[in-house]
Amino acid sequence: MKGLKIIVLAKQVPDTRNVGKDAMKADGTVNRAALPAIFNPEDLNALELALRVKDTVPGTTITILTMGPGRAAEIIREGLYRGADSGVLLTDRAFAGSDTLATSYALAQAIKEMNHFDLIIAGRQAIDGDTAQVGPQVAEKLNLPQVTYVEEVLSIEKSGIVVRRRLDNGVESVRSPMPMLMTVNSSAPDCRSRNVKMLMKYKHARTITEKQEATEDYTHLYDSRPFLYIREMTVGDIKADAEQLGLTGSPTKVKKIDNVVLQAKDAKKLGTSDEGINDLMRELIESHVIG
Amino acid sequence: MNNIFVYCEVEEGIVSEVSLELLTKGRSLANQLSCQLEAVVAGSGLTGVEKQILPFGVDILYIADDPRLEPYTTLPHAAILNKLFGEEKPQIALMGATPIGRDLGPRVSSALHSGLTADCTSLEIGDHDDKKAGRVYKDLLYQIRPAFGGNIIATIINPDCRPQMATVREGVMKKEKVSSGYPGKVNQLDVSRYVTDLDFVVQILERHTEKKKINIKGASIVVSGGYGVGSKENFKLLYDLAAVLGAEVGASRAAVDAGYAEHDRQIGQTGITVRPKLYIACGISGQVQHRAGMEESAQIISINSDPEAPINSIADYVITGDIAEVIPKMIKYYKLNTK
Repeated sequence: MKGLKIIVLAKQVPDTRNVGKDAMKADGTVNRAALPAIFNPEDLNALELALRVKDTVPGTTITILTMGPGRAAEIIREGLYRGADSGVLLTDRAFAGSDTLATSYALAQAIKEMNHFDLIIAGRQAIDGDTAQVGPQVAEKLNLPQVTYVEEVLSIEKSGIVVRRRLDNGVESVRSPMPMLMTVNSSAPDCRSRNVKMLMKYKHARTITEKQEATEDYTHLYDSRPFLYIREMTVGDIKADAEQLGLTGSPTKVKKIDNVVLQAKDAKKLGTSDEGINDLMRELIESHVIG
Repeated sequence: MNNIFVYCEVEEGIVSEVSLELLTKGRSLANQLSCQLEAVVAGSGLTGVEKQILPFGVDILYIADDPRLEPYTTLPHAAILNKLFGEEKPQIALMGATPIGRDLGPRVSSALHSGLTADCTSLEIGDHDDKKAGRVYKDLLYQIRPAFGGNIIATIINPDCRPQMATVREGVMKKEKVSSGYPGKVNQLDVSRYVTDLDFVVQILERHTEKKKINIKGASIVVSGGYGVGSKENFKLLYDLAAVLGAEVGASRAAVDAGYAEHDRQIGQTGITVRPKLYIACGISGQVQHRAGMEESAQIISINSDPEAPINSIADYVITGDIAEVIPKMIKYYKLNTK
């Protein structure tokens, strides 16, 4: 088996699992600045499956593709530190306001501009939206077979890739021809941690915008180490139909956002005293709620 | 034309609960919009399946019956929906937010370039006044769901693209038959007209299904723990209380993410929706995504060391204190009072 070309789709997301008190602004909108930005957890599972393919099939290369603002280059570096070979940052103001369909379109157009690939691996869903839509939509746009909810790659042969899916009520092994797209569940193995050698190798990896904004001058470094170059793609690089991008290209619109306002019920309040809890249990038994 | 469509999931001849719940919701939306409710079911050995579906008020049922359509794989089911929706042009299409619906829905929405909203907790009909475009859209589907870690509730619309697609989790909508003799029409689809051999490139080699061991949805009492429980060891207290009360144990997403409880126990928008007689929330702060899965419980007890925990505002009883102290006392006084 010759080495495979793998594209891992990854997203930088606000860590919605650790929402603090200052996460919401006074006007009820989300204060993104107060939330730490992280590598979407299931995209790390996706990267791990890609790395395992690379471990078993020599010559395999992994490219991380992410769409987002300039700072999303951070997760590409995170991927490089863990064993990915290169990264592409798809970034442009024209993508602002994209729903899942406009996002998928932009990603699919970017993939068409990238080199030949055998596998696209993405996390099942991102924690800031939980939609699980972008993977299947990218597959449809590229006319690829899709396999969702994957937790393990069982074998790779000429006839195709065999994977195990984790469903609500069991597991399923399926074979798909390549090229194909799979999305990966959190039941897949956790991603390995950073590798010190890779960290040293890639710590100065930058996009062109980051290089221009940098205060230190590493020009000599980039000349001798082309692998430190993180490719940046903008709307001009992907032959996109502007009508299908960003807010315009998004069929779904947000009509309104409601702040979560709780109307307090008239609750019975008690502490931890024996008497209070005894009364509560007796009341619940007498009203046949329990017992 | 321009009706409401529900994609019905079927396995071994049994239509899934979530599909029947969506038919019930679809029926009420169809009444509101004065249109018909249509359904499509794709699988194998479906003779008589209409008896399960039509009573929910389905006017037209399309049946795609072919051995190759079960177990489910993405491409043939997507091909059927793409073509059928292309022909029938529904205004709304609903499917379960299940592993199948969440695999199929996005594929179809991409092919038809129609918007899809995942995991809606409420669906309503309403107008939209687009002031910028100077246009009023009548009778859109409001797709309502918590977003952004549950800090906001978003109402999503698809003004221009059809069908307006949404997925909904099992248990969110209520299931109700219209009448067992509802006069719906059945159309058998000629499957070969909808799929090609290329749609069968992904093959299922092996399947192991297991009955769900945990039945939280059917439990009349749920003892549920959040991140505030603090550790997997402390979670054992919840099992102790559940064993005494004959309850099931649930968990918030934060508790599942922290490894305190299995994923199968997760209650909330992206987990299970429950409506027990009694819901005992232990160390759960009560983000809206969690509440979406339990707020219709008949009675709610919140045990939390934080007197300001948001969940307290929907609770009937609020116990402010440490669960390690409270739960053993609940067990003790339950036993004393039932003797």
